[in-house]
Amino acid sequence: MSVVSDAVTWLTDGAHWTGETGIPNRVLEHLGYTSLTLVMAAAVAVPLGLYIGHTGRFRGLAIGVTGALRALPTLGVLTLLTLLLGIGLEAPILALTVLAVPPLLAGVYAGVESVDPQTVDAARAQGMTEWQVLTRVEVPLGLPLVVGGFRAATLQVVATATVAAYVSLGGLGRYIFDGQAVRDYPQMVGGSVVVVVLALLLDGVFAVAQAAAGRRARPTRPATDPSSSTDPTPTSQSTTTP
Amino acid sequence: MIEYRSVGKTFPDGTQAVASFDLTIPSRTTTVFVGSSGCGKTTLLRMVNRMVDPSAGQVLIDDVDVATQDPVALRRSIGYVMQHAGLLPHRKVVDNVATVLRLNGTGKGAARERALEVLSTVGLDESQSRKYPGQLSGGQQQRVGVARGLAADPNILLMDEPFGAVDPIVRLELQAELRRLQTQLDKTIVFVTHDIDEAFALGDQVVILKKGGEVAQVGAPADILAQPADDFVASFVGLDKGGRSLHVEEREGRKVVVDASGRPAGVLEG
Ligand SMILES: Nc1ncnc2c1ncn2[C@@H]1O[C@H](COP(=O)(O)OP(=O)(O)OP(=O)(O)O)[C@@H](O)[C@H]1O
Ligand SMILES: [Mg+2]
Repeated sequence: MSVVSDAVTWLTDGAHWTGETGIPNRVLEHLGYTSLTLVMAAAVAVPLGLYIGHTGRFRGLAIGVTGALRALPTLGVLTLLTLLLGIGLEAPILALTVLAVPPLLAGVYAGVESVDPQTVDAARAQGMTEWQVLTRVEVPLGLPLVVGGFRAATLQVVATATVAAYVSLGGLGRYIFDGQAVRDYPQMVGGSVVVVVLALLLDGVFAVAQAAAGRRARPTRPATDPSSSTDPTPTSQSTTTP
Repeated sequence: MIEYRSVGKTFPDGTQAVASFDLTIPSRTTTVFVGSSGCGKTTLLRMVNRMVDPSAGQVLIDDVDVATQDPVALRRSIGYVMQHAGLLPHRKVVDNVATVLRLNGTGKGAARERALEVLSTVGLDESQSRKYPGQLSGGQQQRVGVARGLAADPNILLMDEPFGAVDPIVRLELQAELRRLQTQLDKTIVFVTHDIDEAFALGDQVVILKKGGEVAQVGAPADILAQPADDFVASFVGLDKGGRSLHVEEREGRKVVVDASGRPAGVLEG
C-alpha cells in the first residue's frame, strides 16, 4: 500500500524533475537510445524487408533468422557485447537493435507481400520499373503493416532500453537499477511508471500514423470519405470485377 | 505487324497454356482471339508486351523479336486493357488513367487534361474522374481501364475482355467507339473475348482457339461463317442447330428476314 503512495510522492517531488538525474533528462536520454536503435534497425530491416517482400526471395531464411534473433535474451546479448566492445553506447544500442530487427523486418516484408498481386501485375503492365512498382504501389499500399512493424519494434525497444543503465549509461533504467542498489522501491516503481507512460504515448502516436497510412492505402474502405455518402454509385462494390 | 512464330508457353508449375501457336497480325487491323475459358487467350496477349515470356518460339513486332526489347519501354509503348480492370486502388481515377503518360514524362497538367478527354470518350464524366476506383461499379472500372489503355495514344492496343462487365447498351457504344478509333487512328488492336458476336462485330481477323492455344480457324468473320473449318467451329459460331441461319419471308410486300425459330431479325433492303 505504501509503495504506491510513496511512488506517487517520488513522482510528484519537484526535485526529481530537474537536473541531470531528473525525469525530463532521463526521458530524453531514453528516447535518444530508442531512436538511435530504431534508425540502426531500420537501416538493416527496411532494405532487406523491401527486397524480400518484393522478390519473395530469402523469405524462409529471414523467418528462420529472425526467429532465432527473437529467442536471444537481450540482457545476455548486452553482457556479451559489453565484454567484447567495452563500456559505452555501442553495446546497448547493438543489443537493442538485435531486438528491434525481427518485428521491423516482419512488418516491412509482410506489408509489401500483402499487396494484391493483381494490382502489382497491373502496375508492371503499365510500364512501371521494378523500383516504381515498389515505391509507388507496394510501399504505399503496404504501409499500414510497415508502420505496424515500427510500432511493435518501438514498443519493445522503449520497454527494454532500461538495460542501458545496466552498463552505466543513462535513461529511465537508471531509476530502476539505482533504486534496486539502495532498495529505494518508490524510485523503482516511479521509474517504471514513467517507462510505461512513455511506451503508451509512443504507441498512441504510432496508432494514429497507422490509421493515416491505412486511409491512404484504402481511401474507399472506411466511411470517412465525404464524397461517397452523397453519391448514388454503389460504393460497397469490391474492386474486382464479377 | 505482330507475328507469333511457333510460340509455346509452359508455366513453371507445369501447366501448358500454349502448345505451338503461329499467327500474323497485320498492322492497322483488329484481330480478335476468341475461345472458351482457359484456352490461352490472356497468355497469348501478354506475350506481346512481355508480361509473359514464351518458353518456346518468338513474338515479333515489326520484325523485331520482343525478347530483345526492354520490357519497361515496350510496355509503355503498348496500350493494355486488363481482364480485371487492374486499377491502382490508392489513386484517383484520373491519376490511374494518366499513369502511362506520367511515366512517359508528360507534365502533370497535360496528362490530366488528356486523361479527362479519354475518360469522356468512354462515357465517364469529371465527377467520376475524382473518385477512387473502389467507388465505381465493375463496369465503370472496366471503362477506366479502357481509358487508361488509350491515354498514351499507343499504336498497338491489347484488350483483354475489356467490356465483360459493361451493360449491353454501353457495350455496343464502346464497340462502335473502338471501331471508329481503329479506322480513324490506324491502331493495331488485339482483342480477347469469349463472345463470338463481339468477335464478329469487331474483328477484321478472328482467331478461334481451342484448349492449349490451338487454332481452330483463322479468318474474316464472313469467311468463317461461310466455311467453318470443322464441327467445333460450326458449333462455336452457332451454325449448328440453325442458330445463325436466316431466311426471308414476304410480309405485306416487304421482305422480312426471319431466324430459325421464326423471330424477325430485320428487313431486307433493295
Ligand atoms: N501464371 C500462371 N501459372 C500457371 N498456370 C497459368 C498461369 N497463367 C495461366 N495459367 C494457365 O494457363 C491456361 C491458360 O490461361 P489463360 O489465362 O491464358 O486463359 P484465358 O483463355 O485467358 O481464359 P479466360 O477466358 O478464363 O480468361 C489456364 O489453364 C491457366 O490455368
Ligand atoms: Mg483471360
